[in-house]
Amino acid sequence: MVTELGHFALILAFLTAIAQAVVPLVGAHKRWPGWMAVAEPAATLQFVLTAVAFAALTWAFVTSDFSLRLVTLNSHTDKPMLYKITGVWGNHEGSMLLWVLIVTLFGGAVAWFGANLPPSLRARVLSVQAMIGAAFFAFILFTSNPFLRMGSPPFNGQDLNPLLQDPGLAFHPPFLYLGYVGLSMTFSFAVAALIEGRVDAAWGRWVRPYTLASWIFLTIGIGLGSWWAYYELGWGGFWFWDPVENASFMPWLIAAALLHSAIVVEKRESLKSWTILLAIIAFGFSMVGAFITRSGVLTSVHAFATDPERGVFLLAILAVFMIGALTLFAARANIMQARGVFGMASRESALVLNNILLAVSCFVVFVGTMWPLLAEMVFDRKLTVGAPFFNAAFTPFMVLLGLVLPIGSMMAWKRAKFAPILRKLTPVFVLAVAIGALAWAMQTGRSALGPVGLFLAAWLIGGAAVDIWSRTGRGSGRLSRLTRLPGADWGKALAHGGLGITMAGIAAMMAWELEDIRVMQTGDSLEIAGHSLRLDDVRREEGPNYTSTVADFTLSKNGREIGTMQPEKRNYPVAQMPTTEAALNNGFLRDIYVVIGDPQDNGGWAVRTYYKPLANWIWGGTIIMALGGALSLSDRRYRVAAGARKGPQPTQSAQEVPAE
Amino acid sequence: MKHLVLFLCLLATPVLAVQPDEVLDDPALEARARDISEGLRCLVCRNESIDESNADLARDMRLLVRERLQEGDSDAEVVAFITDRYGEYVLLNPTTGGSNLLLWLAGPAMLGAGLLVAGLYLRGRANAPEEDVTRLSEAEEHRLRDILKD
Repeated sequence: MVTELGHFALILAFLTAIAQAVVPLVGAHKRWPGWMAVAEPAATLQFVLTAVAFAALTWAFVTSDFSLRLVTLNSHTDKPMLYKITGVWGNHEGSMLLWVLIVTLFGGAVAWFGANLPPSLRARVLSVQAMIGAAFFAFILFTSNPFLRMGSPPFNGQDLNPLLQDPGLAFHPPFLYLGYVGLSMTFSFAVAALIEGRVDAAWGRWVRPYTLASWIFLTIGIGLGSWWAYYELGWGGFWFWDPVENASFMPWLIAAALLHSAIVVEKRESLKSWTILLAIIAFGFSMVGAFITRSGVLTSVHAFATDPERGVFLLAILAVFMIGALTLFAARANIMQARGVFGMASRESALVLNNILLAVSCFVVFVGTMWPLLAEMVFDRKLTVGAPFFNAAFTPFMVLLGLVLPIGSMMAWKRAKFAPILRKLTPVFVLAVAIGALAWAMQTGRSALGPVGLFLAAWLIGGAAVDIWSRTGRGSGRLSRLTRLPGADWGKALAHGGLGITMAGIAAMMAWELEDIRVMQTGDSLEIAGHSLRLDDVRREEGPNYTSTVADFTLSKNGREIGTMQPEKRNYPVAQMPTTEAALNNGFLRDIYVVIGDPQDNGGWAVRTYYKPLANWIWGGTIIMALGGALSLSDRRYRVAAGARKGPQPTQSAQEVPAE
Repeated sequence: MKHLVLFLCLLATPVLAVQPDEVLDDPALEARARDISEGLRCLVCRNESIDESNADLARDMRLLVRERLQEGDSDAEVVAFITDRYGEYVLLNPTTGGSNLLLWLAGPAMLGAGLLVAGLYLRGRANAPEEDVTRLSEAEEHRLRDILKD
């Protein structure tokens, strides 16, 4: 019953989306206020209906309703409640429902908080957003319906993939989707502005919160995924340049570029066409990501949902939206004339350089991801593009970006002078070089990666500190002024510093990781990087839906015990799948990472131990970056509804410059 | 779920990649073996090197690499030995030969093009007549003030 209700709500939401796509658009064109006003209630209704459908599916999972095909395939009565709920999006159909729920949520946000938007623009934004919604509703209803029933329901389900039964991964998809789908909002704003025939500073300000929010969510989502991979995979890798990972990384890079170029639109009325193009492409990459993950084109044998029908449908959605938007973009090139005048040395130029580096690095990831497909189709070569390529081809752009970032972020708008900036940054540069040189001198290998990474990190963190300090002006009272700086200034400094911290972590981990593989008997000890690890015991334990082999280790340093570690090897009988649960001893400067393996024929256990320098810096930096974004978002000058509360509404003539 | 696929090759196999019994006694030789294995793809997995993979095939390939090294092959010879048998598909780092040149040059070429276009654009902006700014209409000025004031 609840299921049918959900199914029905989903169909109604689809119909609402179609109405919302058509009526306000016509209304905005004909200047009929009544028709335009349909958009807001429709957006709310669409969200509510989708939420009902989602709740119905969640209910089916919570109550283990095995008459639903999806529940049977992905759940089990013994599964802990948390994973029954997260199991809703741990599969293709459910995750698409979550995706479309977020599409309608963002549409609702414009309807609820978009009072400061001109009515015609708001109607058009909501209409475009509803078109996206309608496309994905159709995709769900026609190719991936989560509400399909089973003819004869089984007694129990086949369980969720055990690897997904983990808090890190359970919440990774919702964040990623919030990010992906948030970019649909910037896309809608871009297309609506093109239809409207008006791209100006105000537009830059309106899209800012949505771009920023998407970027924050993507940052958190990617961070969670990589953290999960780090502790769950059993060898402490944190990034694999897998096509599916790249699918989430490309929108992140473009969103970062868009974030910066929208500032130029907002402050200086320049880079308009480029920013609009980025807004369109960013959502394009989101959909490419969905396509890569779900069509199985790049993954041939194993994929999330290998189904050519779905792949073709998604490709069609992608093609229609991209071709449509880009055609509109070409047709409206004339409305995006730049206004601002600025010198070669200026904040504007620095942000252009930022955009080039981010866009080109995204392009490199894209080409690398797609190359195997292209090479096979065009050149008839079956080949692989793996991590070594990306490390070699992508890293230089990030190094360049890190080098110019502290200087660029301190440059003045319009015309900047290098001398005062360089004077302020000289101490930081000297410090950074010293740190890099120290690392170079102390390391045993000859890889430049570690020293360069630490140099860049110090340069970025120090640069961010100098940047925010220099905002406090001169004379006394600088400290108190520091606390009163706007959120956006702090956000900028934190995000840039966070990038430095993450870079330090990545470089140190790749350059100075130590590994030890051996067979250990109970009572044996091993030495790694000044730490001593003793295997005390190996025992068996029963979990709620798995059995586990647990090892007890004691970690000590300089003869003093600093902790115990319990790596596990689990076996999930229903899914017939083993998982490793590594044990970590976290520290500020290093992680010790232990994995227990199989019993050996002649007694003892295979044990793998790692020393991971600065491991936590990778995710610490990610969190700080996201925090910086959040601070920037909280800046009251940029609140979504800021314009609505203060001052008179824009005059009618200003809003309605017809382009038709 | 994005790593889900990585794990399908873990199915019903031991959970450690390099096993203790595979490790060579000579640390220098072992280090070379690890370096080489990190660049070779496990054929039955997705985007995993044989060094990371738990599949049986990956183990066979790791042992093969070590065998060749012990016979005195150079690193390049070992890689050539493997690619002769499994094709260039096993190379995680694509060669720079032939059409792959496009792949390797795509980034630098795009950077060059981007810098060129941006340079022209920025020069245009630097030399653009200042009057552009005053061309805002009355209404636009008003609106801009409204927005910036906030």
